[in-house]
Amino acid sequence: MAKNHKVLDVESIVVKFAGDSGDGMQLAGTMFADISALTGNNLSTFPYYPAEIRPPHNTVAGVSGFQVNKGKSVNTSGDQCDILVCMNPASLAAHLKFTKKGATIIIDTDSINPRSLEKAGYSVNPIDDGSLSSYTVIKAPMTSIAKDSCSHLEIDNKSAERTKNMFALGMVTYICDYDIEKSFYVINKKFKAKPTLALANKAALKAGYIFAESSELQLSRIHTPKADLEKGKYRIITGNEATAWGLLAASEKSGRKIFLGSYPITPATEILMELAKHKSLGARVFQAEDEIGGICSAIGASFAGAMACTTTSGPGLSLKTEALGLAVITELPLIVVNVQRAGPSTGMPTKSEQTDLYMALFGRNGEAPLLVFAASSPADCFYKAYEAAKYSMEHMTPVILLTDGQMGQGSEIFRIPKMSELPPINPPIVAANDENFKPYVRNEDLVRGWAIPGTEGLRHRIGGLEKTNGAGIVSTDPHNHEQMIALRAEKVEKVAEHLPKQTISGDEKADTLVVSWGGTYGEVFSAVKELCAEGKKIAHAHFNYICPMPKNTAEILSKFKKIVVCELNSGQFANYLRMKHPENTYLQYNKMQGLPFTIQELKEHLTKIM
Amino acid sequence: MSFEDNYTIDRSEVPLTKEDFVSDQMVKWCPGCGAHAILNSIEKVFPAIGYKKENFCIVSGIGCSSRFPYYVNTFGFHGIHGRANVIATGVKIANPHLSVWIATGDGDSMAIGGNHFIHIIRRNLDVNIMLFNNQIYGLTKGQYSPTSPMGAKTKTSPQGTIEQPFNPGELVMGAQGTFFARTIDTNPKHMTEVMFEAARHDGTSLVEIMQNCIIFNDDAHKMITSRELKDDHQLMLEHGKPMIFGKNNDKGIVLGRMGLEVVSLGKNGITEKDILVHDMHQKDPGIHLMLAKLKPPVYPIALGVIRAASFPTYDDLVVEQIEYAKENSNIKCVDDLLNSGDTWEF
Repeated sequence: MAKNHKVLDVESIVVKFAGDSGDGMQLAGTMFADISALTGNNLSTFPYYPAEIRPPHNTVAGVSGFQVNKGKSVNTSGDQCDILVCMNPASLAAHLKFTKKGATIIIDTDSINPRSLEKAGYSVNPIDDGSLSSYTVIKAPMTSIAKDSCSHLEIDNKSAERTKNMFALGMVTYICDYDIEKSFYVINKKFKAKPTLALANKAALKAGYIFAESSELQLSRIHTPKADLEKGKYRIITGNEATAWGLLAASEKSGRKIFLGSYPITPATEILMELAKHKSLGARVFQAEDEIGGICSAIGASFAGAMACTTTSGPGLSLKTEALGLAVITELPLIVVNVQRAGPSTGMPTKSEQTDLYMALFGRNGEAPLLVFAASSPADCFYKAYEAAKYSMEHMTPVILLTDGQMGQGSEIFRIPKMSELPPINPPIVAANDENFKPYVRNEDLVRGWAIPGTEGLRHRIGGLEKTNGAGIVSTDPHNHEQMIALRAEKVEKVAEHLPKQTISGDEKADTLVVSWGGTYGEVFSAVKELCAEGKKIAHAHFNYICPMPKNTAEILSKFKKIVVCELNSGQFANYLRMKHPENTYLQYNKMQGLPFTIQELKEHLTKIM
Repeated sequence: MSFEDNYTIDRSEVPLTKEDFVSDQMVKWCPGCGAHAILNSIEKVFPAIGYKKENFCIVSGIGCSSRFPYYVNTFGFHGIHGRANVIATGVKIANPHLSVWIATGDGDSMAIGGNHFIHIIRRNLDVNIMLFNNQIYGLTKGQYSPTSPMGAKTKTSPQGTIEQPFNPGELVMGAQGTFFARTIDTNPKHMTEVMFEAARHDGTSLVEIMQNCIIFNDDAHKMITSRELKDDHQLMLEHGKPMIFGKNNDKGIVLGRMGLEVVSLGKNGITEKDILVHDMHQKDPGIHLMLAKLKPPVYPIALGVIRAASFPTYDDLVVEQIEYAKENSNIKCVDDLLNSGDTWEF
């Protein structure tokens, strides 16, 4: 008995699944993303989860969530949610503050009891005390109905109860005006190897769909239009997967075997796990005994001629700093991926921040310049990892690629490129028996040759001691040292001649330029776009090449009267700009809460200072 | 096995000599330093092995020992303190066709790089580690090391050290090492034989060289090197031979109820038949550990190849897994990967 629920058309909506760790929220969320993609929506996702594996049951600390922003044009995983699924009171306590007024909240009433309310910090039941009066609250006994829905199947009680996440997904399928067949299709794929569980999950999903459909509430079904994407083949990809794939692509394109030396660390581990899966592409993946072992094995592999990488997060990069200097002085290619998280020290391992910029730029003894790149979004990780590898090999220098936990573990739609579309990678490999070979003979870009052990006529020794330019003999000659410092810096600076120029979006004739870098792209781009649509004069420059900076940076910055640098730290990029381009004045907008910017707060702040 | 069996590393088409490996760099170790003997030994061993000269790679860390790569004309990499073993791990995994040698010391591998040391041993990567053990920090001018004996008076232990030293052999056995040998810088012929055996072994070979530091720790190994004492304190092990030693070859090692014991031949009816016969290939490291632990004055020190047991090597397994995956995976190139799993046309 379908009620006459009206269907609203909106550009995009944000859906969040929240429950206890172990309630299957990450699964429900990723499946919702898959269904959205099949329906033709654009999307971006972000998982919220505690650092612990199974924290105390029903506590706020134990809430695991998965947020999906989906619709026509989507650049972020969303500010606040329009639909919140709560599998227990703690989920409500944890996520109500990130929920829009007027949103639809679905709650499992089977989970509500004096004990669970107390653990979530409620003295009275929030769904009865009027505190949720500005929301549409759907009370659903999810656990019991889900369990009943698969009573005809031969599965144990626990498995039957666990289908409650699919019950929730069924309700959301209805509210989002999705075709239930698409949801079944996704379940069938996910549980291909376990047909009984597939049946149980479909039964629960259907029960959830019917429950929502027959609701007496003044529900609105929310429909979003298809994505405005260019034609092509697409998939969903997380930032960490995309990073791993970008590295594999660079290895294939350059013809250099890929070596990864790494040590597990949140939120970077998925890159190591992903590459470990791809031995068929020749990936040599070495899980080292520690972070130092990760980078040092990679330096050894690079000396031996491999495209060598190490992946980590902030505390791991701290441990790797001495070895980074070794890669700088030996002038070997080395790709270091730092998936930033909130620091200092262990900090907040599952929360995102942009606070390792200073360390990437300056965190080494001696003068040790290297390339620093930053990716914008999950899908962009593919291209930035590819470029990091390309410029590192072609210019014989280490590179640090900065991503962050938010983009590493978040996902979005990725247009699948063809390998033939990607730019060539030509490392300066020295030919056998090259008579002019000496370790530090340089080309016009000041790049030395890559002389690979095993090659006839190229025996040589390099290492951490300063060497003479050209011949590469151990030397403490004062003028040689000064020259080598200058050459290493100039070599890195010269990469700018090969990098893409900096672009701006928004109103190029505006007085105000908003500057951002790395993982804040989606939020800042969207805020500026919305302000422009509201008639405000404002422009946006988003930086991905941090060191060296694009050649036209000074020119772009000089065109604006006001420059506002927005970043998730206390002003590291702003201070870097003050150092590199002191002729301008820089205003700042900063946030250090382990959370991304919201479009709303950016708009409010930018409007105030314009 | 012989070197001819190792098909992964190309052999030189012409016979090589010491001159092929002498570098043009001035050797800057102190006159009388034990490291000179090690360099001489390697200059003999490398041509004898017969690999192409481009297929040798020497990796080192920091310390007197670690200047070694500059003095041999091969591919060489002088790393940072403590990291030689793990840098070499990357070299060997990236290119298994290289004969990889590591020059390291008791500071480099037993202290700052202890972690990498036990793990390279555990993995059984096919590389050769030369551990220059002079029981002192030389390049920083005379501080105690993790192998300095308890009570050693050094610049940082003026009243004597108050910590127990590591015995590298015990660490190797504890980390499930497959090859451990010990030699002395005063016996170049023995050192060369041992290095050759290390090169022949498939897996991580650790050669501990009891090395004299003439400046900061002279005569540290006097008990086993001095003319008067050495014969009674050196047990020269040979595979398949009874463990007999002493000035007059009248002492031997037997396996007693509580471990190894020293006995005198001809006394109490003991004959050569009662003496323990050395089996370096024994997989169980029990006896090897007991041998590695022997030390004067009660026991002789065991020299030669103490353990050479056959186990799979890490680098072989890496190649095996890659070859298996290449044969069995549908993903043959990155385009396959990009188009694998759930995709859709828009």
